[in-house]
Amino acid sequence: MLTVPKRRLLLSAGAAAGAVAAPAGAGFAIRSAIGANHAAPASGHGGPHGVSGMAGDNIVVGVVDHARNGFDPHAILTDWDVGTVVTDPDGTRVREWVVTAVDTEVEIAPEVMFPAWTFDGRIPGPTLRCTEGEKLRIIFQNGSAHPHTMHFHGIHSWRMDGVPYAGLAQPGERFVYEFEAKPFGCHLYHCHALPLKRHIHKGMYGAFIVDPDPARHPEARGAAESRLLGSARNAAWQEIMLCMNGFDTNFDEENEVYAVNTVAFAYQQRPIRVERQRRLRIYLINITEFDPINSFHLHGNFFDYYDHGTTLTPTLRTVDTIMQCQGQRGILEIDWSEHEPGIYMFHAHQSEFAELGWMSHFEVV
Amino acid sequence: MAPDAGPAVASAALPATRPAPWRTAGWLTLPLVVLAAILALLILGRPLERLTEGAPPVEQVTVERTRLDPGLITLSVRADGSQPVRIAQVQVDGAYRSFTIDPPGPVDRLGTARITIPYPWVDGEAHQIVLVTSTGVTFEHAIEVARATPRWDVPTLWLLATVGLLLGVAPVATGLLAYPGLAALSAAGLRFVLAVTVGLLGYLFLDTLGEGLEQAGGTLDRLRAQAAVWVTMLISAGALTMIGRRGGRAPEGAALAAFIALGIGLHNLGEGLAVGAAIAAGEAALATFLVIGFTIHNVSEGFGIAAPLVGRRPRPLTFVGLAALAGLPAVPGVWIGAQAVSPFWVAICLGIGAGAILQVILEVLALIARRDGPSALTAPSSLGGIGAGLAVMYLTALFV
Ligand SMILES: [Cu+2]
Repeated sequence: MLTVPKRRLLLSAGAAAGAVAAPAGAGFAIRSAIGANHAAPASGHGGPHGVSGMAGDNIVVGVVDHARNGFDPHAILTDWDVGTVVTDPDGTRVREWVVTAVDTEVEIAPEVMFPAWTFDGRIPGPTLRCTEGEKLRIIFQNGSAHPHTMHFHGIHSWRMDGVPYAGLAQPGERFVYEFEAKPFGCHLYHCHALPLKRHIHKGMYGAFIVDPDPARHPEARGAAESRLLGSARNAAWQEIMLCMNGFDTNFDEENEVYAVNTVAFAYQQRPIRVERQRRLRIYLINITEFDPINSFHLHGNFFDYYDHGTTLTPTLRTVDTIMQCQGQRGILEIDWSEHEPGIYMFHAHQSEFAELGWMSHFEVV
Repeated sequence: MAPDAGPAVASAALPATRPAPWRTAGWLTLPLVVLAAILALLILGRPLERLTEGAPPVEQVTVERTRLDPGLITLSVRADGSQPVRIAQVQVDGAYRSFTIDPPGPVDRLGTARITIPYPWVDGEAHQIVLVTSTGVTFEHAIEVARATPRWDVPTLWLLATVGLLLGVAPVATGLLAYPGLAALSAAGLRFVLAVTVGLLGYLFLDTLGEGLEQAGGTLDRLRAQAAVWVTMLISAGALTMIGRRGGRAPEGAALAAFIALGIGLHNLGEGLAVGAAIAAGEAALATFLVIGFTIHNVSEGFGIAAPLVGRRPRPLTFVGLAALAGLPAVPGVWIGAQAVSPFWVAICLGIGAGAILQVILEVLALIARRDGPSALTAPSSLGGIGAGLAVMYLTALFV
């Protein structure tokens, strides 16, 4: 028998989450397969839900209250946060975001509450998206009860590194990170306060996507344009962001729950809708703690892979499984045009992770 | 003090008559009233709020019973803690599984619930279950060797009853066959046999109490099951002593033999539980050893029951009754044990059994003292007999 005190219910330290997200609307028509009438009983113990007929009995029981969480994993797939573009007194054009650290409870599996530390009250934090060569400014306000940083994976000065000796914001304080968007690719940011492992697995991470500037890549202009958010070539693609993460709910340094975008089995209960005539690009990030690697395996199809997303030609061609170590990420490009419509699985090929929540479905239409 | 002053002082200090009954009742109720006031202050006034506010809630869950039916795992759980515990998700072998919980919703403090998990468990293999509560705390439960839980159907009950009869009735009856031999003994020889009985019973007492305390250790802390074992042991010893002596005389002869048989019967109930639990836990090979061991072990119990009957000319039917009283409880013991009952109730049962054994130890010692004088208790034949009894039981226990 075990006696375990529940962790403290963390009180939100006051500061409201800065709702600066202004998702760019055009061109990301990936909708959920099952509409609002999917809703199962909120207290739904008993009986499988969603497409669990395809999942057998390897499911979580009930459904997560996304409204209470304040974010929906289906919305997170495509809610690119491009911030706002401001012009400084000296005439410099700067892309600017306000990001706030917030302590909150997140329902990571039906009725399992995790005392999280977050950026903007969500896990993963806002998906910051910009274009290569832009000047960036991230105004980081710490509304949490603990000191935090935003450490960006990118090329920048040590002063802007978001580590304990540079860029640490105490509770109630703020820090402004400024650097240029480079190199282009699929990156991430995360808190780098100490103890590092704790600050990361509590939920402090998010995607940082730098689109290539086609003007800088004349040799591969078409490929660069297809990645540039808002371009005509980009509109022919469906793009989603998947962040592979895990949660150690009992703080024994092992994850009890694995997921993509936080909620266990979210895309198993409700598949991600994919249109055959548009190619699918996935910005895939691994921020799982405790387990050295995570992986992505696709059923019934193969894909091209761009490690770190920092090249315009694939670093791996025609694969159906890739692995990423902690903090590694990359871009997957998948063509469904020849496929029979239906449900196609994707999941970690660590069966353990898959059966503990990192199991998902595409609904190809 | 002047001789005549005494009564005057005394009468001044003490009321001449007893106080009125309502006044006595009033004084006796006063502590209850004060207690109620203190509780009201604690609950309504919340003076400890600053201490408990924000304190991490404590959660405890124990799995009291596991049932395995084809394709189905059923757990009976009991919860405790500072608030009701909600079992949010269930993992089996490291995978989240569908399940139902009855009654639905959180499990109250000390409340129970049944969790039903459809699962293709594999006969003879181990399975690991993790219960995840709404706070993310996990409680692990291992099924070491998966075997279908015996059903309550007639053939199974018969089979288990046979095990119980082999375990309980057969050896006790075998031991009783020694009666004619005991009856031929001299007074000193008989005293030795009675002392051996005390030794046998002493071993059974320690064994039963120890087993009860061990079972109690597997229950929720707040049930205070170990204290409950001690208390039930003392109460049952006292109650049986009172019943045995209700006629004003200590039990002797057939009556004493019956009390010994009762105590041994309750002990054999515990042995039946152990064998039944071994069968239910898939340790069938172990169950065979247990039956062999307990059978050898229990023959000695028959001697103990026969000893007080020496010189009493008991009827044959008396022997049958005594064998049944001492041996038959093993049968329901096996039945219940195979169904894996709550360890709390098993512990209470064993506490009662230990008390019953304690009572007969005292009565047999009293019998020796009455027959041969108190000094006989410390005579070499008595102490040697007690030692021999303990040694025999210990050595035969090695077969178990
Ligand atoms: Cu942090």
